[in-house]
Amino acid sequence: MNERYSRQQLFAPIGKDGQEKISKKHVLLIGAGALGTGNAEALVRAGIGKLTIIDRDYVEWSNLQRQQLYSEEDAKERLPKAIAAKQRLEQINSDVTVAAIVGDATAQELETIVKEQHPNLLIDATDNFETRMIINDVSNKYRIPWIYGACVGSYGISYAFVPGKTPCLHCLLETVPVGGLTCDTAGIISPAVQMVVAYQVAEALKILVEDWQSLRNKLVSFDLWKNQHVAIRVDQVKKDDCPSCGTHPTYPYLSYDMQTKTAVLCGRNSVQIRPAAKREYDLRELAQLFSKQGLQVETNPYLVSVSLGEHRLVVFQDGRALVHGTKDIQEAKTLYYRYLG
Amino acid sequence: MELIINGESIQLPDSVKTVSDLLSHFRLNHKIAIVEVNLNIIQKQEYETTTLCNGDKVEIVHFVGGG
Repeated sequence: MNERYSRQQLFAPIGKDGQEKISKKHVLLIGAGALGTGNAEALVRAGIGKLTIIDRDYVEWSNLQRQQLYSEEDAKERLPKAIAAKQRLEQINSDVTVAAIVGDATAQELETIVKEQHPNLLIDATDNFETRMIINDVSNKYRIPWIYGACVGSYGISYAFVPGKTPCLHCLLETVPVGGLTCDTAGIISPAVQMVVAYQVAEALKILVEDWQSLRNKLVSFDLWKNQHVAIRVDQVKKDDCPSCGTHPTYPYLSYDMQTKTAVLCGRNSVQIRPAAKREYDLRELAQLFSKQGLQVETNPYLVSVSLGEHRLVVFQDGRALVHGTKDIQEAKTLYYRYLG
Repeated sequence: MELIINGESIQLPDSVKTVSDLLSHFRLNHKIAIVEVNLNIIQKQEYETTTLCNGDKVEIVHFVGGG
């Protein structure tokens, strides 16, 4: 081996043995947005054996402020993020095998990858809780750790979930949170992204070198603008009757009933999206949130309709939505999660 | 009442008496949060019955989805 990893090997908790372990590990990264590109670059530079990236979106100009692997060229070409990321990562470190999957991280897709390829670690870089609940169930069913990370505005949060050791996301949340603020409604600054990435990658390295004792074991959050930093021990939240990690798990988010359903509405150039878990929106609050961003909003007691360029998003109180102006399910889902979380 | 919230001393109006009041005060009542009072995590069903006292150390972490 050349000098490439010398500084990382000099760091005693990793050392030569640790580097050897890192070089044999396979990480599955779900999402290639801001957190995804940050995690991907750090892990590829650190010299992992293989990185699999799954993402359904393509590169846009509004991504370039923080999604560190992408260039203006990628945005001009509207290159799928997984592909653009793979190309850049291969320039950074050609020793690492990078696999790109352009598609939706559904329960079925993730289970297939995990069953066939046995990744050592799952990293969450998604933008919605439904996918995170799927990752959580996959993690528990196949006993693979996963690292949660999320950020909005100047705020960020992270936690490393280890099946059999820590509580799971289902224990912590109980229900899927109704999205309110997302990066597309409240904005995001890049240092908040980088801070979450730092927390995720640090835990990832500990897991990849199998230094389990050094895991942080605390749910950590920060606000870089309000100058706050909080870490909470959450061990006591682990529930024996949890349907995802308890004594009799059913992995509810892997079942068909609990998945987001989509349907292309024939002849209407529209896609219907029905979220897995029923949501309950305060429509007036939702309308305010949209109009605060200067979006054109129309509302009645049953729905909120918002114009988004060539698309229109119509949201009903139970979270069901119609995305008008497209027949493309992926594009519709992207818009849905972008504005509703 | 003065509480130490996320490491900072914060003066709160008298109307804030319980964990539930505190979350409403910070407009976090519709969000999913983990609340720790003096190093004990408060279960969600106890938010309304858990009263806060002057000087309590409260840590609040709320979940967000962006990424």
